[in-house]
Amino acid sequence: MRKSHKFRNKTIPLLVTVSPVTIWLILLVAAPLVYVFFLSFLSTDGYNVVFQFTLKNYMDLFNPIYLEIYSNSFLLAFLTTVVCILLGYPFAYSMARAAKKKKAVMMIMLMIPFWTNSLIRLNGWKTILGKTGLLNSLLLNIGILHQPVEILYTRGAVILGMVYILFPYMVLPLFASIDKLDQSLLEASNDLGANKVKTFLHVTLPLTSPGVFSGTILVFIPALGYFFVSDIMGGAKSQLIGNLIENQFKAANNWPLGAALSMLLIVIIIIMVTIYKKCGGDMKDLGVL
Amino acid sequence: MQVISVKCTDKETNRRKLIKQTKGNKQTKGNDILVQIGVTRMTGERKAIVEIKNVNKIYTDNHVVHDLNLVIYEGEFLTMLGPSGCGKTTILRMIGGFEEPTGGEILVEGENVEEKEPFERNVNTVFQSYALFPHLNIFNNIAYGLKMKKVPKAEIKVRVQEMLELVQLNGYDKRFPSQLSGGQKQRVAIARALINNPKVLLLDEPLGALDLKLRKEMQLELKNLQKKLGITFIYVTHDQEEALTMSDRIAIMNQGYLDQLDTPEGIYEKPKTRFVADFIGESNIFEAIIKEVIDDVARIRIEVGEALAMIDAATAYEESEMVYACVRPEKVLFSKEAVKGFHIQGVVKEQIYVGNIIKSNVILGNGQIVKISRMDMDDTPKVGEMINIYWNLDDVVIMKSRAHLIHNVIENVNLGGA
Amino acid sequence: MRQRKKKTGKVFSKLYNILIYAFLYLPIAMVVLFSFNTSKRNIVFEGFTFAWYGKLFQNEALLKAYGNTLIVGVCSTIIATIVGTLASYGMSKYKFKGKGIIDILLYIPVVIPEIVLGISLLAIFNLSQIPMGILSLIIAHATFCIPFVVFTVNARFAGFDKSVEEAAMDLGAGRVKTFFTVTLPIIMPGVISGAFLSFTLSVDDIIISFFTTGPGSNTYPLKVMELTKTGITPDVYSLSTLVLIVTIALVIFSQRDTKNSKVKMK
Repeated sequence: MRKSHKFRNKTIPLLVTVSPVTIWLILLVAAPLVYVFFLSFLSTDGYNVVFQFTLKNYMDLFNPIYLEIYSNSFLLAFLTTVVCILLGYPFAYSMARAAKKKKAVMMIMLMIPFWTNSLIRLNGWKTILGKTGLLNSLLLNIGILHQPVEILYTRGAVILGMVYILFPYMVLPLFASIDKLDQSLLEASNDLGANKVKTFLHVTLPLTSPGVFSGTILVFIPALGYFFVSDIMGGAKSQLIGNLIENQFKAANNWPLGAALSMLLIVIIIIMVTIYKKCGGDMKDLGVL
Repeated sequence: MQVISVKCTDKETNRRKLIKQTKGNKQTKGNDILVQIGVTRMTGERKAIVEIKNVNKIYTDNHVVHDLNLVIYEGEFLTMLGPSGCGKTTILRMIGGFEEPTGGEILVEGENVEEKEPFERNVNTVFQSYALFPHLNIFNNIAYGLKMKKVPKAEIKVRVQEMLELVQLNGYDKRFPSQLSGGQKQRVAIARALINNPKVLLLDEPLGALDLKLRKEMQLELKNLQKKLGITFIYVTHDQEEALTMSDRIAIMNQGYLDQLDTPEGIYEKPKTRFVADFIGESNIFEAIIKEVIDDVARIRIEVGEALAMIDAATAYEESEMVYACVRPEKVLFSKEAVKGFHIQGVVKEQIYVGNIIKSNVILGNGQIVKISRMDMDDTPKVGEMINIYWNLDDVVIMKSRAHLIHNVIENVNLGGA
Repeated sequence: MRQRKKKTGKVFSKLYNILIYAFLYLPIAMVVLFSFNTSKRNIVFEGFTFAWYGKLFQNEALLKAYGNTLIVGVCSTIIATIVGTLASYGMSKYKFKGKGIIDILLYIPVVIPEIVLGISLLAIFNLSQIPMGILSLIIAHATFCIPFVVFTVNARFAGFDKSVEEAAMDLGAGRVKTFFTVTLPIIMPGVISGAFLSFTLSVDDIIISFFTTGPGSNTYPLKVMELTKTGITPDVYSLSTLVLIVTIALVIFSQRDTKNSKVKMK
């Protein structure tokens, strides 16, 4: 009799609440990724996937052109992350230290651009950075330049675009982490003889490093996979891993190769997340949006 | 068993009267008298309203409640008292339906409630954290139980008003829990539970979060409320003073075992186990060996001397059996000269002045400290003085060691072995 | 001296923040500005006109795309909110064996790059022959929104006082009644945040939509992507500006509303 009692008041509610999400995740997250894994070992005849085992796709990954693309993508993602940290940290800090009302206002003002379409915003940048754009016109008018300079379609422009899109993903975890910082720890540090710089290096920074870590994960990983930012800001010459993968699934129609490239990304991500966890990172901080 | 009903609402006076009355009668023990305050008719029998039979509760590796047998009678104020982790809250939650016993059964009004969910039982709970619904105003909080029973709106309005009056919160119906003080939240929680006319009200350390003065006031209010409504209250607390003040009977829980079930007097005057003696009030406990028993007087030997004690002739003691002798500080007597039958000597180490009471610590030859307490107008031993310690023979309680095991074996007629 | 140091510090801080905000809002300002541009090619600002706001409503393709975006957004948000809230409730309340696995599965859409999620969904839709269009978009969007709803509602459950549910049951409410009359109202701010977050992510989604859309079911971001190559006309910016105004209005409105409900909810 006790068993049926438990069934009624624990098992059924549990099933009702948890099974929808479980089924959904298995069918639409786990299964697709498993399929991609298998796909990476299959062949193509140029039009369709052929169910024949091959390691060719993985060998193709070592194509020198691709290798250059990987390193380029890494470099860009890395630089994007660094810029985000440098720009975002002071901003997050001042937001965390602000009074309650101001905090909310600052937060809303940070998020409003985020609620506008990314592509539109990037196009906005185009009007600023283009040859006939705002920046060039300004510099020409002042006299610093004598000819318009190509600002767009450079690596710098791509980084600018990525930083712009990913900025909140760095600021929010940083903010969460700095906000938790107990003010009295800073006071104690001062009391014990450390000036502002020292306190920052020895107390603030170490204690807010979880925020830096989670921000890094939330910026670096997407940055690796973006293709539209480089398309808009970087033009045809800028090819990243994202463009490669996109190409395989659209124009080049080589899904197995695309799958293999995706597996490469997945492996990189698994390594990064493992490092993150080993460094003490908490997965919960990543859901901070 | 004697049931005595008295009209007078001063429990203390009645208690003392009754104890004096029955002290001479050896056959009537303290816990056989149920004093029902405010009831004018004589009842021949007490009706059992909650029966806990052989209940055990085990969490994976933690045996929280051991073979509990407890009967709670209609209209009584029963308190489960004990330190944190003794199992008292678990027992309360099992009655309420929030935990299931691992073994044994619980009957409410004669019916086994094992299959019943909390919302199917005729008991209500006042939670330690009050658990008021933050998104509902006071009116809707109190009305919640009635709404669940689909009581008509007009009736709800009337009954909620009555409740608000009862707990003295008239006019607070539109406010929200966040706007109330601790004491007010407390009263809302009580009103919310009582409006459903439960047969039994379960209270889980309801006054824990209140400051001392408020707590004392609320103790009085709760007791008066219980008397007025005649509902059975099952109360849980770790505060012995609270339990002694409010209860008709107290169940002392010790690590999952019921050490003693008795009236407040019984618990204080005649603790059955060392734990109870230690937990309630202050006491001096001597480890002793029974040397000789003549009629109802025992000669006991303690490490630094000898003493005499009155014992219950019915209990058998073996020679050289190890027992505990417990004497309350206010009952310890002292003299310069030796007293016949006693041989306990000590030096007064220090005196502590606590307002109207003076406490003296006397150190014995083996280092044990005996506590003596006196009102400040009485004679007190002087610091540095060497004194002889003795007591009135019926002021000492002799407890068998491992008493709780014996206690449970008696209550638990379990053929499978304890 | 210390006061002066503090003040200069504060001034620098304010200046820095203003620069950052300028950085964030400059392109948006340009978008608003260019929505009034007389030039169709829209590369240089030539003149001021309101005309494009009118022409916007004749741009069927654009409006249809925006309509699709809204439909997908609403549907996927509804699905994600219901599935996510239930999941959060079950996971916060009960201990059970598969919890760790579900947790990992929930983090995958959050951590992996959208392109991987996008192509994997494309692959599985292709395999299972699900028609590519609004339906595949809704399913795809719900998939990446569910974890965010779960995390947001989880946060709300973190400080949740379990005894309130016990009190409800004690007073006669069955499990379902308890959920709807007590639990849900209390966690509602979290549910609404989650829903709002979900809608935002869906409306702005580019990469996943890119791979899971079908013929005839263009979404707004994809349409803009298309137009970026051919040239964005000012009416597109007009639509953006209007959306921006509505967004700001909603935010201001909701702030007023939270101020009122904050008194109740505490």
